[in-house]
Amino acid sequence: MTLARNAGLGIIACVVLLVLCSKLDAYRQYQMAQVAATVVAVAGLTVLIGVSGQLSIGHGAFMFVGGYATALLVLHLNWPLALAIVASAVVAGLAGGVMGVAAARLRGPYLAGATLMLAVALPAVAYQWQGVFGGDQGLDFTVNTPGFLGASFQLTEWQGWVCCICLVIVMVLLANLLRSRIGRSWRALRDNETAAALAGLNVARLRVLAFMLSAACAGVAGSLLAMTMLNVTPGAFTLALSIQLLTAVVLGGLGSLAGAVWGGIILVLVPPFLTDFAASHGFSSASASVPIAGYGLVLIIVMLVFPAGIQGGVRRLLGPVAPAATGPVSAIGRRLARRLEEGSTTDARQEGVDKEGTRWPDTAN
Amino acid sequence: MARYRKLGLAPVAALATLSMMLAACGSSTPSSSGKLQASAPGITATTILIGSHQPLTGIAAPGYDEIAPASNAYFQYVNAHGGVYGRKIIYKYLNDQYNSSITTTVVRQLILQDHVFAIFNGLGTPTHLAVAPFINAEKVPDLFVASGCACWNAPSTWPETFGWQINYIREGKILGSYVAAHFKGERIAYFYQDDEFGLDGIKGLGYEIPASQVVAKEPYNVNAANPAAEVGTLTAALKASRAQVVIAFAVPAFMALLRLSELSLSYSPQLVSSSVGSDPITISGLLNAYAKKSGSFGDSLIQGMITDSYLPSLGDTTNSWISLFTKIHNEYIPKLPMDGNVLYGMAAAYTFVQAMFKAGRNPTRQDLVNAVNSGLPQGVSVAPYAYSATDHDGITGAYIAEIEKGVLVPLGPTQVTDNTPTGAVTTYTTAQPAAPTSGIP
Amino acid sequence: MQEFVEFTLGGVSDGVIYAAIGLSLVLIWRATRVLNYAQGGLAMFTSYIALMVINATGNYWLGFVVALAAGLVIGGVVERVVIRPAAGKPHLNTVIVTIGLLILVEGLAGIIYGSKNRSFPTPYSIVGAKIGSFDLGEGASPSAIFTAVAVLAAAGLLAVLFRYTPVGLRMRASAFSGTVAQLMGVRVGRITTLGWALAGLIGALAGMLVTPQTFLYPNSMDSIFVLGFTAAVIGGLDSPGGAIVGGLILGVLLNYVTGYVGSNLPELAGLALLILVLMFRPSGLFASTATRQV
Repeated sequence: MTLARNAGLGIIACVVLLVLCSKLDAYRQYQMAQVAATVVAVAGLTVLIGVSGQLSIGHGAFMFVGGYATALLVLHLNWPLALAIVASAVVAGLAGGVMGVAAARLRGPYLAGATLMLAVALPAVAYQWQGVFGGDQGLDFTVNTPGFLGASFQLTEWQGWVCCICLVIVMVLLANLLRSRIGRSWRALRDNETAAALAGLNVARLRVLAFMLSAACAGVAGSLLAMTMLNVTPGAFTLALSIQLLTAVVLGGLGSLAGAVWGGIILVLVPPFLTDFAASHGFSSASASVPIAGYGLVLIIVMLVFPAGIQGGVRRLLGPVAPAATGPVSAIGRRLARRLEEGSTTDARQEGVDKEGTRWPDTAN
Repeated sequence: MARYRKLGLAPVAALATLSMMLAACGSSTPSSSGKLQASAPGITATTILIGSHQPLTGIAAPGYDEIAPASNAYFQYVNAHGGVYGRKIIYKYLNDQYNSSITTTVVRQLILQDHVFAIFNGLGTPTHLAVAPFINAEKVPDLFVASGCACWNAPSTWPETFGWQINYIREGKILGSYVAAHFKGERIAYFYQDDEFGLDGIKGLGYEIPASQVVAKEPYNVNAANPAAEVGTLTAALKASRAQVVIAFAVPAFMALLRLSELSLSYSPQLVSSSVGSDPITISGLLNAYAKKSGSFGDSLIQGMITDSYLPSLGDTTNSWISLFTKIHNEYIPKLPMDGNVLYGMAAAYTFVQAMFKAGRNPTRQDLVNAVNSGLPQGVSVAPYAYSATDHDGITGAYIAEIEKGVLVPLGPTQVTDNTPTGAVTTYTTAQPAAPTSGIP
Repeated sequence: MQEFVEFTLGGVSDGVIYAAIGLSLVLIWRATRVLNYAQGGLAMFTSYIALMVINATGNYWLGFVVALAAGLVIGGVVERVVIRPAAGKPHLNTVIVTIGLLILVEGLAGIIYGSKNRSFPTPYSIVGAKIGSFDLGEGASPSAIFTAVAVLAAAGLLAVLFRYTPVGLRMRASAFSGTVAQLMGVRVGRITTLGWALAGLIGALAGMLVTPQTFLYPNSMDSIFVLGFTAAVIGGLDSPGGAIVGGLILGVLLNYVTGYVGSNLPELAGLALLILVLMFRPSGLFASTATRQV
C-alpha cells in the first residue's frame, strides 16, 4: 500500500521535474542534473549516518567507483546507459560491502579514520594502473540522446532527465526502505545497539547492509555525475568532495531525505554563486579565499544555531502540523515532503526522542 | 588510454612553417573600416568577453595564480591604449582549484551562461582535458591552453583547441639533444611527474639520449600525501643509481624538494630541468629560508642548473619584450613578483591580442579560429609558432640556458624541432623580432 | 644498504611529525571526546604567525616561541568560542563545527597571506650526518634530530604532567568521566579548555617542524593532518604513546613502499595497514580497555 502510494507520488514528482527541466536553459539543465546526482549521494549518506548510525568521511571513494565503472562499461563494452548505471550501483555496493565488513566493528572516530584514508588512498588506483584508468586525465566517453526524442533534443536536457529519473527512483526506494522492517531495525540499532542485539537483530549484518546500500547510492551518484560531465578523473573525487557530502548531510538535516535535497542543492548551487562573487571583487587569490572563509563561518554558525540543519529549521517554522491544503499541487508537494522525511522522523517523534525530531547517533564523531 | 593520441605526421619543418605564415599574413589583412557590431556571442560594439579556468586557490595555486592577473594586466594595457579595434577586452577567469569537476562546471557557466566569445589560456592538462570535448562541441574557440601537453594538437577531433607553450615532447628532445652532446657516456637519471607532463617529457628525452646511458627512472606522484617524504625517498634511489646527470620534468615545488633532498643526502649531480620547474625566482624563493642554516642560500642552490626557455630571459634587461612587460607589470600589478609566471601570462595574452587583431573588425568565432589556423607571426617567443590548419601546436623551439646568479643565461642559439622520434633538433638562426613600440601587436 | 638506512631514518623523521599531530588529536579526544578536524589548519595558521615574526626579527627562536604561544591561546579560544556552545548538541554537529573551522582558517590564511608557497626556515642544517664515508641521509641531519627530540620531549613532558601533577590528575579524571569529576569538585570546564590549549601547542609545534618540508600555504597541512589522524587511529585515540608508535610505523612504511614498490602506492599501503590493525584491534593498537558504547 505504502509502496504504491510512494510510487504514485514519485511518478508525479518525476513528471514535475522533467517538465521543469525542459523549461530551463542548457546551463540550468546541467546544474539540475548535478543537483539530482548530488542529492542521490547525500541521501545515501544520510541513511548511513542518520539512520544506521555509522559515520563515513570517505563516500567520495564510492562515487569514484561508480563513475569509473560507468565510464569503463560505456567505453569498452558499449553498455546502454541505464544498464551501466545499475551496474555501477552494484559495483559500488560491493565495494561498500567490503568496506562495511572491515568497518563493522569500528565505532566513531575509528570508522571516520578508516573511511577518510579510503577517500585519500583510492584515487591512487587511477594513477597506478594508468592503462586501464587513464591516470591523471581519466577517461572520456560519450552519451547520445536516444533516437525517439528526435535529433534536436538537447544533450543537457537528456542528462537532466536521466538524473532526475534516477533521483526519484532512489528516493522512492529509500523512503520505502526506511519504513520497512530494515529501516526500523537500523533505527533500533542506532538508538541502542545492545538492546537491538538482545532483541535478536543481527547487528553486524545490518551495519554492513547499510554500508552497501549507501555506497550503492554513491555509486549511482558517481555514475550520474560522470555521464553529466562526460568524463571521470581522479581529481573529481577528492577528499574535499567526501567532506562536502558530509557537510551537506548535516546542513540539510541528518537522517532526513528531504534534508538531503537541501544539502544537495546547497552543495551544487552555492559554489558558482560564490565564485561569481569573488570574480566581481577583483579575481585575486585573496578574494577567491573570501567565499571559502565565508562557507566555513556559515557552517559553524548553522551548526550552533540550527543544530538539526535546514530541514529541522523548516520543520520548526512550519510547526508540528501542516496547515490545511490550499490547492491540490501544494497538498501533493507537502505529502511528498512528508513521505520523504517520514522514515526517520515519525518514529523518532513517537518515541519522543528530542525536540528537533531527530535522533542523533552517539557514536558518530 | 583514450586520451593518448597518436600524433602521426602532424609536425611541419620550421622553414615551411615560416613561409606559410608569411603567406598567410599577406592574405588576410583585416579591413580597417566598417561599423563595430555585435558579431558573435561575447562581442558587443564596445567589448570582447573571454573566459578562463585558473587555479586561484588550492594545491596548484602557488605561482600559477599569478598567470591570469598578469594576462589581465596586459589586456588592461591594451584597453587603455585603444583596445582591439576600439573594443575593450573583459577577461573573466574563474577559480577551478585545479579540480577537474569544478573546471567542468565553471567552463559550462562561462559558455552556456556568460556566453564568452572564447576560452583563453585554460590552465592545466587534466583540468582542460575534462572540458576540451565540450568546448569543441559548443564550437567555442579554445585558444592557447596553458599546458604543454601534445594532446592539444588534434585539429581533426578538436578543431577549436590550440596549444601555445612548447609541448613537452619537443622540450624533452631539445634538452635531450643537449645532454647527449655535452654529457657523453655519463650516467643519466630521470625524475619526472607520473602523468602526461612527465611521460611526454621523457618520451622526448628518449628520442635523443641513448637508452644505455639511462641508469634510473624515478616517477613521482604529484598527489602524494607527504611529498617531501616521497621526494626524499626517490632522491635516495637516484643517489643509489650513481647518476651523474639528473634530468627533471617536475613542477616547481617538487623541483625545490628534489634540490633540498640532494642537499641533505650530500648528492650533487648536474641538474637539468624542463622550463616548467626552473623559474629561478620561484625556485630560489622556495629554497631561500630553508637552506640558510645549511650553509647555502636559494640562488646558490640552483646555480649552474641547466634548463630551457621559449621566452626571452628575465635577466636580459635590454630585451624589448622584457622591458615592455616590466613596464606593464610596474603599472598594473606591482604587488606581484616579476617572475616567470607573470612573463608567461603577459606573453600568452599578447599572442591572444595578435590573433584577435588578425580575426578582423567584426569577427565571428570561426574567424578567430581561421586567424590562428592561417598562422601567427613570431613575436614574444624565441621560436616561431607551428599553427596551421593541420597543426595546432604552438611554440616550436627553445634555447638551452644555465641559471647564474638567479637568471637564465643562454648557452646557445634557439633550437627548433618537431614531435617525431626521428625529426632533427636544428638551430634556428632568425633573430626574434623586437616588441612593437606601442606594446600592441 | 645505504639506501635502506636512508629510507628508514627518513621514515622515522617523517613519522615523528605524524606522531606529533596524532598526539595533539589524542589530547583533545581525551579532553572532550571530539576529533578536531581543524587541528592541521590551526597549525598552518600558527606557522604563518611564526614566519611573520621570523621575517620581522630575523630570530627563528622568537618565532618558534610565538607560534607555540599562539597555538596555546588559539586552542583554548577555539574550545571556548565554538566547541563549548556545541556541547549540548548532537555529536556530529561538533564534527561539522571543526570542519567549518578548518575551512574558515584556510580561507582566512588565503585572504591575509595569499596562496603563494612560502619557504620556511629550519633552526639547524638539513645536511645529513655521515659515519666515515657512510651517509645516514636526511633522517640524520641536525634538523631531523631536533625534530625528533622536540616531539619526544613534548610527549615526555605531557606524560609527566598527566602522571605526577594535580592538574594532570584532574585531566585524567575528566577524561575518564566528566560528570564524576565534576561531582568530585573538578572544574571540568577549565580542564577541558586546558586540554584544547595544550593540543593547540603541540599542533603548533608540529607545524613548525613540518612546514619547512611542505612549504607554507593555506592547504599545506591538509594531507599531513590525514597522516597524523591515521597515526592516532592506528595507535589508539586514548593513548599518547600509541600516537607516537603509530606515527613511526606509518612514516617508515610509507617510505619503504615509495622506495621499493612505487610512488603511487604509499597511501594504499597506509589504508591497508589501518584496516589490518583495526580488524584485529578496533580501537587501535594501544586501546586501554575494550570500551563499548551502549
